[in-house]
Amino acid sequence: MKLFDYHKATGLSDAQTKTAAGATLIAGGTNLLDLMKLEIQTPEVLVDINPLGEDEIAEQDGGLRVGALVRNAALAAHPLVRQRYPVLSRALLSGASGQIRNKATTAGNLLQRTRCAYFYDTASACNKRAPGSGCDALEGRNRMNAILGVSEHCIAAHPSDMAVAMVALDAEVAVEGPEGARRIALEDLYRLPQDRPDQETTLHPGEVITAVILPPPPKGRQTYLKVRDRASYAFALASVAGIVSVDNGRITAAALAFGGIGAKPWRNRAAEAALLGQAVGPQAAEAAADVLLADAVCHGDNAFKSALTRRLIHRALRELTGETA
Amino acid sequence: MQISLNINGEDHKVDVDLRRSLLDVLRHDLALTGTKKGCDHGQCGACTILLDGRRINSCLSLAVMHDGATITTIEGIGTAEDLHPLQRAFVAQDGYQCGYCTPGQIMSALAMLTEAEEGWPSYISESLEAEPDLTDDEIAERMSGNLCRCSAYPRIRQSIAEARAQMRAAK
Ligand SMILES: Cc1cc2nc3c(=O)[nH]c(=O)nc-3n(C[C@H](O)[C@H](O)[C@H](O)COP(=O)(O)OP(=O)(O)OC[C@H]3O[C@@H](n4cnc5c(N)ncnc54)[C@H](O)[C@@H]3O)c2cc1C
Ligand code: FES
Ligand code: FES
Repeated sequence: MKLFDYHKATGLSDAQTKTAAGATLIAGGTNLLDLMKLEIQTPEVLVDINPLGEDEIAEQDGGLRVGALVRNAALAAHPLVRQRYPVLSRALLSGASGQIRNKATTAGNLLQRTRCAYFYDTASACNKRAPGSGCDALEGRNRMNAILGVSEHCIAAHPSDMAVAMVALDAEVAVEGPEGARRIALEDLYRLPQDRPDQETTLHPGEVITAVILPPPPKGRQTYLKVRDRASYAFALASVAGIVSVDNGRITAAALAFGGIGAKPWRNRAAEAALLGQAVGPQAAEAAADVLLADAVCHGDNAFKSALTRRLIHRALRELTGETA
Repeated sequence: MQISLNINGEDHKVDVDLRRSLLDVLRHDLALTGTKKGCDHGQCGACTILLDGRRINSCLSLAVMHDGATITTIEGIGTAEDLHPLQRAFVAQDGYQCGYCTPGQIMSALAMLTEAEEGWPSYISESLEAEPDLTDDEIAERMSGNLCRCSAYPRIRQSIAEARAQMRAAK
């Protein structure tokens, strides 16, 4: 690991000033330290934001305000999250391990970096790690990589489970920076790779995430399903956060967000619209999958994700609509 | 930078390089070598310790970020004469083969049992709100952050289940 300067943030404005000047924030450290050990990230200055507090979960406007430093374990186990946002609790519990969830924070989880093997291998070309160097994943071993939102410069998948559930829940991110405080729809926090895969978020210099805001709980049933290479403690090949309402055998509301297959936590409103008014049954799932996957761009090894996602939609809808067949 | 740590009830002052992990402080600076280094990247759980009562991977923790912390390691939960119920159960049930992962398994299990007592669900719990029923599958899921290269998993789960029963009976 390269040597760095270490500061404990004395307050939010201190953290803002230091990041605006190029420092890197550290929260739980479970992603950043891993990347620093491998010298994929080599910050000169680390600012520890744990002294900021922001570790509370509070009811706000019928929803919840989740502090940026709330640990993933605490969020998953919170009684109101378990009761009102089960999709979020399950998504969190499907991620990483008991040990990691005790350290990982809400903001750190949102901003964790991709697990693309070529991003991790400093001997490979990777436009995210070394802008302009190329992308060895395009024709490489890319079965973990994304099929939606990708570009010819990058096919890295966003690895977070938590963010997928939060996108399905229409969460917003509260940020504070030199230009003041603002809220961003979580979906808009992430940039698509296009020709600058190294630019991953829409945060302005000096902006610090202070909280995630969950709107009031949606109607309908919620689920989080994750498919991976082993039964536990593995990143998603494909996952879905689903929230669906049914009335008289017809789907009246649907939110579907996907993990493991997108350059960012993926949601497609047209695919959701394709479910509305449909009778409960496999045709509904087919309609949504057709719309969602029409945009898929596969690169060999990861082509199976298209069929896998289609089946995942079927399974999620069976569970959410109570249809047993 | 100098930091203080309370480890297994004893106060320590240590001068650390900014890059030092808690794991390396324990093993190298304080010669507490019960805590193991498997992967050094959060992937195996061999380095599991309790930080303020919760299980964490000490390899993914910068020591300077934990100035003033209270830590429990495998050295702090029992003695050779008076083993912790988990230690006794691992011996009785053959909960290991080479033993390298064992300190991490035991520290992780200790915190996992507390989590379950507090009602924390797991990804596979049928209900997120009911009191957890620590079936074999539940133990496996909750312990998935601890790998065992020798694949002693069935006995590890059995050891944990036995220790839990004894710990509950002793209450
Ligand atoms: C072995 C292993 C398995 C894993 N499996 C999964 C999995 O299955 N699913 C999953 O979703 N995740 C998984 N993870 C990833 C884990 O969820 C992340 O490492 C964790 O959520 C990151 O949170 P942190 O607080 O430790 O972040 P840090 O490492 O502290 O920070 C991550 C990034 O966020 C930035 N940051 C942190 N806080 C703020 C803030 N308030 N404002 C602005 N920027 C900020 C940091 O600068 C850094 O760039 C796994 C990790 C490991 C090591
Ligand atoms: S050594 Fe820490 S998880 Fe493997
Ligand atoms: S007993 Fe050998 S690694 Fe687990």
